[in-house]
Order: sequence, then C-alpha cells, then structure tokens
Amino acid sequence: MDKRPYDNKAWLLVLPVFLIVAISAIIPLMTVVNYSVQDVLGPFQRVFVGTEWFEQVLNDDRLHGAFLRQLIFSGCVLLIQIPLGIAVALTMPVKGWQSSLCLVLVALPLLIPWNVVGTIWQLYARPDIGLAGVAVNSLGIPYNYTSSAFDAWLTVLIMDVWHWTPLVILLCYAGLRSIPEAFYQAAKIDGASAWAVFRYIQLPKMRRVLTIAILLRFMDSFMIYTEPFVLTGGGPGNATTFLSQFLAQIAVGQFDLGPAAAFSLIYFLVILLLSWIFYTYITHTDREDAR
Amino acid sequence: MSTAKGPALNPSTGRFRKRHIGLIVYFVFLLLPIYWLIAMSVRPNQEILSGFDLFPRTITFANYVTIFTDPSWYTGYLNSIQYVALNTLISLSVALPAAYAFSRYRFLGDKHMFFWLLTNRMAPPAVFLLPFFQLYSTFGLIDTHIAVALAHCLFNVPLAVWILEGFMSGVPREIDETAYIDGYSFPRFFLTIFLPLIRAGIGVTAFFCFMFSWVELLLARTLTSVDAKPIAATMTRTVSAAGMDWGLLAAAGVLTIVPGALVIWFVRNYIAKGFALGRV
Amino acid sequence: MARIELRGLAHSYSTHPKGDADYALKRMDHVWHDGGAYALLGPSGCGKTTLLNIISGLVIPSEGQVLFDGLDVTRLPPQQRNIAQVFQFPVIYDTMSVFDNLAFPLRNRRVAETEVRARVEEVADMLELTGELGRRARGLTADAKQKISLGRGLVRSDVAAILFDEPLTVIDPQLKWLLRRKLKQIHERFQLSLIYVTHDQNEALTFAQQVVVMSEGSVMQLGTPQELFERPAHTFVGYFIGSPGMNFLPCRYEGGAAMVDNQRIPLAKSVLDHAPHRGVPLEIGIRPEHLRIGANPVNGALPAEIAMVEDLGNFKIVTARLGRHMLKAKLPEDDAVPGDHGWLTFPPDRTRLYADGRLVA
Repeated sequence: MDKRPYDNKAWLLVLPVFLIVAISAIIPLMTVVNYSVQDVLGPFQRVFVGTEWFEQVLNDDRLHGAFLRQLIFSGCVLLIQIPLGIAVALTMPVKGWQSSLCLVLVALPLLIPWNVVGTIWQLYARPDIGLAGVAVNSLGIPYNYTSSAFDAWLTVLIMDVWHWTPLVILLCYAGLRSIPEAFYQAAKIDGASAWAVFRYIQLPKMRRVLTIAILLRFMDSFMIYTEPFVLTGGGPGNATTFLSQFLAQIAVGQFDLGPAAAFSLIYFLVILLLSWIFYTYITHTDREDAR
Repeated sequence: MSTAKGPALNPSTGRFRKRHIGLIVYFVFLLLPIYWLIAMSVRPNQEILSGFDLFPRTITFANYVTIFTDPSWYTGYLNSIQYVALNTLISLSVALPAAYAFSRYRFLGDKHMFFWLLTNRMAPPAVFLLPFFQLYSTFGLIDTHIAVALAHCLFNVPLAVWILEGFMSGVPREIDETAYIDGYSFPRFFLTIFLPLIRAGIGVTAFFCFMFSWVELLLARTLTSVDAKPIAATMTRTVSAAGMDWGLLAAAGVLTIVPGALVIWFVRNYIAKGFALGRV
Repeated sequence: MARIELRGLAHSYSTHPKGDADYALKRMDHVWHDGGAYALLGPSGCGKTTLLNIISGLVIPSEGQVLFDGLDVTRLPPQQRNIAQVFQFPVIYDTMSVFDNLAFPLRNRRVAETEVRARVEEVADMLELTGELGRRARGLTADAKQKISLGRGLVRSDVAAILFDEPLTVIDPQLKWLLRRKLKQIHERFQLSLIYVTHDQNEALTFAQQVVVMSEGSVMQLGTPQELFERPAHTFVGYFIGSPGMNFLPCRYEGGAAMVDNQRIPLAKSVLDHAPHRGVPLEIGIRPEHLRIGANPVNGALPAEIAMVEDLGNFKIVTARLGRHMLKAKLPEDDAVPGDHGWLTFPPDRTRLYADGRLVA
C-alpha cells in the first residue's frame, strides 16, 4: 500500500527538471517531427510531404542491411557480455584491498571517453603496430580489420566487450554483495552444490540487476556510434555501419534532412517501445516482490 | 564420516584455483590495451613506425610535454572539465528537489513523468544531433561550455533523478515529519537535515553524471568548434591530419583516462552501493 | 539427536591472537545432553552466535574440539554434521515453491522422490504448512518463511540438533508466542536437541530447560532458569537476568556477616562455611523480589529512605536509598509501601555473597 500523500504542489519541485528536459528533448523532437513530414527546398520554401520520407526510409535497402547488422551485433553483445559479466562478478574478491583494486580496474574502461576507446583499439589492433594485431598475425592467422569485413566486425565486437562488460560486472557484483551471508550458510547446511547455490540463490537475487544490465546493454549497443566511427568509420564497405552510423551518414553526410528525421523518429520509437516493455516488466516484478 | 572429509574439501580448493585463473585471464584482456596505450605514449613516433616491440626501447616524455605546452591541446582538457563540472552541478541541483518529490509524494501524472524522464536516457544521441545544433544556433550558444552542459542534461538529469530517488526512498519518511513538527521550513530541512543523510547517494550520482558527460563526444563535438572544444574532439582532428602522430595521440588518450581513474578511486567504496540499487 | 561436547574450545577471528581480547570465544569445556533444550543468552557481541556457528560447522574453531556423541566433528563441513539451523532473517529459496523448499535438503542428498514426498508432507503437516505447499515461497509472511526454514531442518530424518539464531526477531509479537509454542511441541514430540540463541531473557527462560549465559566470549553460568534466578553464579548473570536486575552492594566480611557501610547484614551458614579469601573485592547481591520493605523497625532491619515508587500494574518497584547505595525492591500490587522512611530486611537464605564477581558457596 502506497502511503505517500497526494499533493500536486510536488509539481513545483519537479518543474525545473521538467523545463530543462523539455528544452533538451521536446523542442528538438518537435523539430525532428517537423522535418520528417516536410521537404526543405530553400530557406523559406517547405512542402508538406506526408509520409513520403517514412516510406522512402523504410524501403531503403541500406537501412535493412544496417538494421540486420545492428540486431546481430546487439544479440552477440548480450550473449557474450551477460554470461562473462556474471562469471567475473562471481570470482571477484569480496573484501580487502584486492576487492577495491579489482573494482577500480574493472570500472576503468567505463570512464574513458568513447572516441578514446576507439583510439585505444585502433592502436592495439593495427596489424603493423598494434600488440593484438601483430600477435594474431604472428600466429599465422591473417588479420587486418581495415580490409577484411569479418575482422572489422569482430574487432568492433571485442572492443565493445572490453568497453562494456565492466558495467555488467559491477551491476552483478553489487547484486551479489547484497545477498545476506545467512543464505550461503543455510545452503551449506542444506548440502547445496555450488551449482545449486548459483541457480537458486545467486541468480534469483541478481535478477533485478541483470534485467537492468540487459536493458542497458541492449539499448546502448543499439545506439553504438562513436567507437566504431573512430575505429573503422563504418567500413570496410558497410561491414560496421550500424543504425546510428547510417543515420549520421544520411543526416550529416548527405544532408537528407527529411529521410534522416523520419528515420530518427522510427529509431526513437523502436527504442521507446523496447524500454517501455522493460520498464513495465521491472515495475511489475517489483510489485510481485513486495506482495 | 571422517573418510568423506577429504574429497569434500578438495574439490572446493581446486575450483578456487581454476576460478582465479579465469579472473586473471580477464584482467589481462582488460589491461593489455591500456598497457599498450601507455607504452605507445612514451615512445618517439619514429620508433613506433619503425618496428614492433613489446616494451619501449627508449622512453620519452616528449609527447606529454607537447600536450602540456601547446594551448591547442591543453585547453581541450580545460574545456572538457569545465562543461563536465557545469553539467554535474546543473543535473544535481535540478534533480535533487525532483527526486524528493517523486520519493515523497504522489501527484498528477507522476508515473508518466517518471517514465518519460527515463525514456530520455534511452534516446539515441544521434537523433538529437541536428535539432540541437539548430536550437543552440538560434540562441547563439554554439561553441560555449553551457551549450554542451545543457545538452548532456538530456541523459544526465533523468539518470540523476532515478539514482537519487532510490537513495531517498531508503530514508524513512518519519524523519521528514519529525522535522516539520519541530518547525523546520522545507528549504532548511532539505539543506541541513535531508541532504547530509543522502551524502553517499549524492556522491554516487555526481560520479555517474561526471562519467557520462566525460565520455560523450558526439554532442560535445557537434556543438563546439574552437572555444569550447573538448579534448576528445581535439584528438580526432589529429587523426585526420597528415602523417599520423601515434605517440602524441596515445599520450592524449592516457591523459583522458587520468581524471576518470581519480574519480573512481575516490568513490570506490560507494560504487557497489550505487549499483546495488540497480539504478544506472 | 546427539550429545554435544565442547573440549577446550576457543576461537579467535584474527590469525595470531595475542591476548584475551583477541578471542571472540574464550576457552570452554561443556557437555550438552541429548534431547535437551538449551538457550544461549547474552548481549550482542558476547560470542553466542560464534559458538552456534562453531557447533553447526560454519566456523571452524581455532582451538579445541566439538564432539557429537563422542565423534570428533570439529573439521566436518555443515552438511555432514546432520544439524539444521534457522537464522535471524528468514532464508528461503525465492524461486521455489514451499514444497521444493522443504524438499531441497533431501534432494541435495539424492533421497528417492517417493520418500521426499512422504517426508515433506509429514513435516508440512506438523508445521501447518500443508495448504501452502503449492505456493511460491516468496509471497509468504515472515512467520511462514521461518516455519519453512525450520521445516528444511526437520525434514531430514537423521538430524542431530536444531540450532536457532534469534529466529523470532522479525516475527510479529502475537505470532511469536504461537511459533514458540510450536517449537516446544516439536521438541517434546521428537526429543531433538535444540540450541537457541537469543538476547531476550524472557524468550530464553520460557523456552529452554538449560540456559547458557554468556558475556565477552565466556560462559558465565549454565543452569536451569530457576538456578539463574535463585543463585546467579556471577554478578553479570544477576544483573542481566531479571527485571529489574539483582541489587549489588560492595561490602566487607566481618565476623560471620557482611558489613555495608558499617551496617550488618547477616548471611546464611552455607556462605559462612566458604569464608572468602582476603584482598578480594566483595559484594552482596539480592533480587528485588526478595528484598523486603517494612514500615516498622524489626530485628536486623536497616533504615532506608524511599526515593521512588513506580506502579507497574500487577506489581510495584520501590527504589530505596541505603546510605550511599540505591536498591530496588519488587513488591506485590497490594503491599503497602511506607512513606519516606522504611526498614529493609535481607533474608539470609536469599542474600548472596560475591567475591570478585563470582558467587561464594
């Protein structure tokens, strides 16, 4: 039962946030809507075109390609990062300076500007001067992410694993730390195996943080832009052109404002829909827990 | 019973070791790229291009000297730090009262408002690129620190509200009621009693605001050209310049990691707690 | 069901304990009988939970041995000791049904499914959980969850002892009583050894046959509730047990009586037979229930000022000043309390003498 008092004066406290987010979200979004249904012919010449841009964008083969690549990429990101994050969180030391050190080291990639992440991997993976690039080639495996589509794709994926698995680790680690010692003690007395402890204690207690980890990793990988932009520039060919790169290409590269705006809206709505599903799922399970 | 003792204990110690090998492998994977960046940053460019070496043969700090003496480099850092600090300040000061409202009251449209705020955390920055540019051009704010700081509020304010609301809900409502009965006005109660109670939460929030503003480049680069250009953008210029100076680039990269590393070190004990609320 | 023996047991959490202060549990030797109901009672941080965890095997003691029925189990892991433990906060497996929760310890031990079913149903019936068997354990109330924790212990047929670590902390007061009665029933029916950790003296005194009072890592006294009340072995026990606690007055020993500020308080003959050593600080102790207050001087009574009278419903607590010392007396509701001055009587058979904190005789 929610005991909070009902008071519309609370709106006064929310107002600053509302204004600032309205300025940075609603007004720009209106502009986008505006562009998406108009054709800009000159500074003062605009024509209402209805859904034409939407149709054009939705029928664009390049978009289909980018969308497919995006889905596969985000799927791979989740399949690798979530299990890896759980595994590392389970093995991290839990107390003493070792635990502080591990936490700081793990969090490090999260605080590196995204383009610097691209730069680091550029330096690291180049087949002529990069440690990883040279090492892989010296094993007799030809590897060059600037010319091979597969290598480029793989490099972007590994870079993302390097960059973002720490977020999953920290979330899981925090989730694990919130389990009272008594649960492990009871499991010991009940004769539970390590697997049973994981399956029936750790995994259920991590459910909430895992939901959030999956949500964040899915959304953020769905919006990935800067790191592959620096590393591969979307190439070779279109191998690493994901949705945001594609959008930047048509908006900034070709300056096709109408299609870009139409595409932006579709993009935003897809993400909105997914986050709404997640949000209702989380609040729903929260309520179930409270019961 | 005593015979069962041996086998029962040994597998657990064996597993202990195997697990730790996995952890070490992960940390090698994590730290090698950073090691390589640092190694590159202390080598002269000719050495980088002339051949491959696991360890630098000659160590030089020339790249760092260049960055610290050339204004076109070091102003980039100052710009970044300025707009990040500004953003953290704005985000916290507007998010604190709002988070209090969400944690203590019900009001018309509260749930929708909360969800709408969160959707902005989920909005792809690429979508806002063009409209932001136009909006800030209209107000003549392009190439100012405040423009970037405001733009980053798009994702940092909702985040701050979310994290703070979690911490505030952990403070019993009775404390508020007692303070009001004791005759505290709302501002005085909020500043002198409530805020000290959620110190840790404010620290965690500031950390995340700092982090997300510091790592973002797309918006920061689009909204600036010279006067407020972030360090990360300065780096991309060098990449496109003729004759890539890898050593200098690496040194600049190392220096972008330093502020983040310092911030983590200071909040290391709070990070786990902030994440435990599952609100990032 | 087992007799539990602690031999030279001591435990320190630091790897190189230097002095007594480094020990969470100081050296002790005890034998606890099969089928007994024991309570470990003491304030927070007295080492009672450490002792419980050593018995259950969650903590391996740094010194000494634990024996179950004469068998050394000191280094056996908890799952091989056949004990069950119920914790302060309910531990249940959220994602499982009540049935699966109860079946969990049996399934981990690869018991045949038909037997699992039979045992679970029997235990559920005993704990009045039969109606909840199909439900998810997560949505249940705290007391039902504690019953499940208990049931996971009872479900094993070979269980030697059940250990409780303040299990009623999170239970509503009116349900506490029901749950405690259930525990007693189960104890009587199965003659299990029960060890019950608590800091609540009422809980300990009503539940246990034998109470182990602990303080700062040592056992101060092991005895029946009546013994603890009548003959506290240590001033700590006297003060900790009872409400209000025992009165203590520093005294000298002189010619067969205790002298408090030159006032003579007679002692029982059994005490006099064990004349205490010289040079040891002495105190006399008397329970507030045993201290008598009269309006008129009778033989051997001491004059005192009445400082305060608290009426607590079915009894009164009188605070009296004897010289420099304050004493409390607990009187029945109907007893008359003298006005400002009264006369205190210390019945010799109820007055105890303590040397350096320990009971004499």
